[in-house]
Order: sequence, then structure tokens, then C-alpha cells
Amino acid sequence: MTFTVYVPRDAGALSLGAGEVAHAIAREATRRGLELRLIRNGSRGAYWLEPLVEVATSHGRTAYGPVSVGDVPGLFDAGFLSGGAHPLSLGLTEAIPWLASQQRLTFTRVGVVDPASVADYVVHGGYQGLRQALAMSPEAIVQAVTGSGLRGRGGAAFPTGIKWKTVLEQPAGQKYVTCNADEGDSGTFSDRMLMEGDPLSLIEGMTIAAVAVGATQGYIYLRAEYPHANRALNEAIGAAYQARYLGTDVMGSGKRFELEVRLGAGAYICGEETSMLESLEGKRGEVRVRPPLPAIKGLFGRPTIVNNVVTLATVPTILHRGAEHYAGYGMGKSRGTLPIQLAGNIRRGGLVERAFGLTLRELLYDYGGGSASGRPLRAVQVGGPLGAYISASQFDTLVDYEALGSIGALLGHGGIVAFDDTVDMARMARYAMEFCAIESCGKCTPCRIGSTRGMEVIDRIIQGEETEGNVRRLEELCDLMVQGSLCGLGGMAPFPVQSALRHFRGDFTARVRH
Amino acid sequence: METLPSKHGEAIRRIVEHMKQRPGPLLEVLHAIQAELGYVPPAAVPLVAEGLNLSRAEVHGVASFYHYFRSSPPGAHTVNVCRAESCQAVGGEALAAHVRQRLGVDFHETTPDGRYSLEPVYCLGNCACSPAVMIDGRLHGRVTPERFDALLSEADRKR
Repeated sequence: MTFTVYVPRDAGALSLGAGEVAHAIAREATRRGLELRLIRNGSRGAYWLEPLVEVATSHGRTAYGPVSVGDVPGLFDAGFLSGGAHPLSLGLTEAIPWLASQQRLTFTRVGVVDPASVADYVVHGGYQGLRQALAMSPEAIVQAVTGSGLRGRGGAAFPTGIKWKTVLEQPAGQKYVTCNADEGDSGTFSDRMLMEGDPLSLIEGMTIAAVAVGATQGYIYLRAEYPHANRALNEAIGAAYQARYLGTDVMGSGKRFELEVRLGAGAYICGEETSMLESLEGKRGEVRVRPPLPAIKGLFGRPTIVNNVVTLATVPTILHRGAEHYAGYGMGKSRGTLPIQLAGNIRRGGLVERAFGLTLRELLYDYGGGSASGRPLRAVQVGGPLGAYISASQFDTLVDYEALGSIGALLGHGGIVAFDDTVDMARMARYAMEFCAIESCGKCTPCRIGSTRGMEVIDRIIQGEETEGNVRRLEELCDLMVQGSLCGLGGMAPFPVQSALRHFRGDFTARVRH
Repeated sequence: METLPSKHGEAIRRIVEHMKQRPGPLLEVLHAIQAELGYVPPAAVPLVAEGLNLSRAEVHGVASFYHYFRSSPPGAHTVNVCRAESCQAVGGEALAAHVRQRLGVDFHETTPDGRYSLEPVYCLGNCACSPAVMIDGRLHGRVTPERFDALLSEADRKR
């Protein structure tokens, strides 16, 4: 009898020892003369349980975690390969409440399938969306994406279908589909998890986009900080070529789509779409002035789709199950589901995909379990380093585009970083300016110079120097950067500063003079 | 400018020759050079410029724009410490201070004995397991100062 065991190859799981656990399991099985099929899946996203080991049983997949190398002989003794009882047993994976209550549409296969296997992908519903798309007119594909209400999950929240329509309407000729996989916001890792755990859904989404707008070449612009995702993507692209889901004759349709990964080089600004296009062209990642829009003049001056990983990976399920199905989730103008990432000082961090409509409190306490330190949560930053800080008094805010916008915050890429009551918000504000200074592309003055001046002013405030005047200068500087910067980096870097001043003013004004 | 050992010059010419037909090849070329030599030597700039028919200023401009490209050889081990918000929320700054003290260098520096290069990184995407550190391309989560010392000894044993 062959036993099937799953040990994640997700970078986060590996960072907690999943690689060593996989080796220990293989070694112990050999020692005991047992035959194993060891599958290296993605992560289910419950990182407080990683390394999470699963075994296939007649009742379904059974989970054990968090497993360390030292636990392995004991697990074998307990007969874990057949689902035996053990203190680390979590029961059936899909019945773990933290996972069972989620609504996974985009992440439905992440942590479930073997990311390198086209066959496994197809068994789990993969390539149904592309099959549908190939039987539709380009206009009908774009209409389905528009009708689903899908908005760009990278942070800008622009309606995806409208972007595609613009590219479709450009005259025939070379067009491109590009994926922005430069996930640089602290507190976000959904792109990484998806590319490592279910890369074929991204590949399928890009292929559908190409079929819709008549593009023949695609690029995934991946940040260099993600070597595991790079390997997983290249492996999956190779497998898709071999199975003829990529190449000169996609699924026997006669349509051509070529796809490759291009690596970034540690520049946060390249997550801004025009800067990403410059970088893809092999240039400095400096922001372009818009118009023209990338949909009209994008990569190498040609019409180009630029979408985030999660956006593109959501397209297959929309085509497969219909626009209405997807639009049936969510509320108001925030349709569908959102993969939210819980990070920072949080007890149960990880990925929660739910329909729009949860409050911050539900996410932070029901899923997150409060702070990891056990101290009260004081603030959260939503939407990465350019996102506002939100105080505990606002935790009943809904996590959707409009509700967060109404309190002067933004959803961004859906990352939530939690801080306990030891956080010094003046120092976090200083960091926001420092980060902007490090990552500014230098093209416009408010961002390039403003961020450095901002850092200096906050340093004086922290030193207790002429607090009132310096806080006023800081507020004026923030206004200037918001109004005068060319792109979102300089234009939004003041958001965390302004929100910290608004909600945590005492952290700035009550400094002791040194 | 330092002179380039002839085998480095050959490697760079080979890489440029191999990649120059690709669309927008400069970033790819710089990645390939750094993958092979460990850094992008300033003396590589004129060779790349000539091979790709670009000006030296353009090549230097790109190589110096991106934080990832080094202009000096790295130490035997490269330590990346995440300095972003999620890691700061769980002791990332204290960990960074420990690492600096332990290695005896600041960020962007290499120890005089050439053993370690210390680099900051702004998010490794391991934010549910902060604080995060990468040593020689291996990612580690929930790193305490004690665990960092153990990981460093482990890296030492490997080389």
C-alpha cells in the first residue's frame, strides 16, 4: 500500500522548517519499509499551523500541525499515515474552522494541488475557464469579466473588464498581457502564495486575457525577493507548454500565446504599472506620465493589459462558473471575494478569503485571535506602506473599497498589519517617510525631496524640538506631497503619516525634549 | 576603475551575446552577470553598453537604479534582514540591532574578513511569520536573536 502525504513547499512553510520535516518523513518511511507518495503542495494559508502535514485517508485529507522534525517518529508510531490519533492531529483539514468558514474562489486550489502538475490542476477544475473562453467571442469574454464586477486586486481597484475592453478596441497588431507580480507591500503575501501554490491558475488567467484582447506574448514581472515563486512559475510554465496549454496552438485552438517570467531587481516603485513597464523594457523603473494609458500605449509602445496576480488568477473561475456566480458574492461596488492577509503582531496570521463584508474586528479577533504578544491591539495598517493607520476605535469598519475609503483609509492589496500597544506611532510615521525616500524613483521633486525632509522633521518632533511648529510643517509637507507627486508613491506615502497624526497625536506631541 | 579579470570579461561577453536579441534585454543581462559573478563589476558597464548598443550612462543608470544589483563582490554569506512594518510589529528592529552587533557591520556592508554581507530588504512576503530573515537565499520565519545565531552557525558549517 502507498500512503500519500502532503508537506508544503510554500516559502512561508519552508521558513518554519517544512523542508526538514519532509526529509524526516521520507527518511522515517524508508527506515520502516513504508511506501510513500510525498506531494509538495502550497500552503493552506493557516501559517500558525505550519508546517502543516496532511495525509490522504478514506475520509478525506487529515491534518497534523505544527509539525517539527522531532515529532516525526511519534507521528509514525501513532499511525498518522492512516489518520491515527496524535496530540498534533487537527482532524479533517477542510473541517478546521479557520479554513471551513472561508469562501475560497481564487484560492480554491492553493494548498490542495501539486502546483507543478497540469493533470492535478485539470482534475481540480483547471482549464475549464479557458475552454469556455475559446468558445466565446472576445467581446463576450470581456463582458463576462466586466459583469463579474472584478476590480484590480493589486490596490488600484480599477474595473478589470474596462481595462480589457480598451485593449481589445485598439487596432490589431502586437499586444501584450503583463502580470504585475511585484508584491512589495509589507503585510501582503497572497500573490506569493498563489504563484507558489497554484501557478497554473495565473497562467490560465493570462491566457484567457490574451485570447480576449488578441495578445500573443505575456510577461510575469516577478520581484527578485521571491525565488520560490520564480521556481514554481517556471516549472508550471514548462508543464503548460508541454501539455500545449501554452505555445503556438493553445488547446488546439490555433491561437498562440507565449509566456515568460521576468525578474525585477528590488525596486518597490516597479509595482506602479508604468514603472513596471519601463523595467520590463530593461530601463530604470521611472514612472511614466499618463496619458497615454498602458492599455493604449504600454509595453514597447503597444496596447498592454497590466493586472495583478490575484486579479488574473480570479479570471478562470469567472469564465468557468459565470459572471453572476462571482458577482453573487460581496456587497455594493465591492463584488466577489477578497484574499485578506493577516500579518504583523497577530496570533493566527495567514490568508483569509471571504466575500467582501467582514469587519476589521472579525478579521483581527475571530480569525486572527488578537495580538501574538497577548497585549491589546492598538493600531492596524491596511494596504501596505502607503496605507493609513487605523485605530482600535475604528475596528468595526467594513473591509471593502468604499467603507475604508470613507474613513480616509484604503484597502490596497488587502494586507493588514497589526500592532500592539507598545507601538510608537511617531516612529512608524518616520518609517513611512524613510521608506518613500529609499524607494523614490527620483523623477518628481515632492517625492524625492519631500520624503527626506519629512524624515528630518519627524526626527525633530521625536527629539521634542519645537513640537507645535514642526507638526504644522509636517502637515503642510504631507499636503504638498499628496497634491504634487507624479504617482502613488509620493502621493500616498503621507497617508500613514497623516493618519498617525490624526489618531495618535499624543505620540508626536508628548515627546520629552532630549 | 578596477580591471576585469579576463575570465570575467569572457563571461560578460558570452552573456550579452546570448541575450542581446531578447526584447528589452538589459535587466536580464545584469541579472545573469550577477548570478555568475556575484555582482555587477563597474568595469562590466562598457562591455555591456557596447554589446547592447547602449550608452555607458544608460547601463550605469539602470545598474545603479535597482537595489538588488551590487557593484562590489558579496561576502561568503549574504544576510538579508526584513525592515518593513510587519516585521517591525514583532521585534524586527531589535533583531536588526542584534544582527548588526553580531556581525559587526551596518547594512550595505561586508565584514572585513569577507565572511558576511548584510543587506536590508523591504518585505520577503513572509509577513504571517514575522520577523523574517533570508540567509544565502534561504528564508526563515519567526526569527529571534537566539535563533538567528543558530542559523548563522548553521550557514557557517555549510561553507
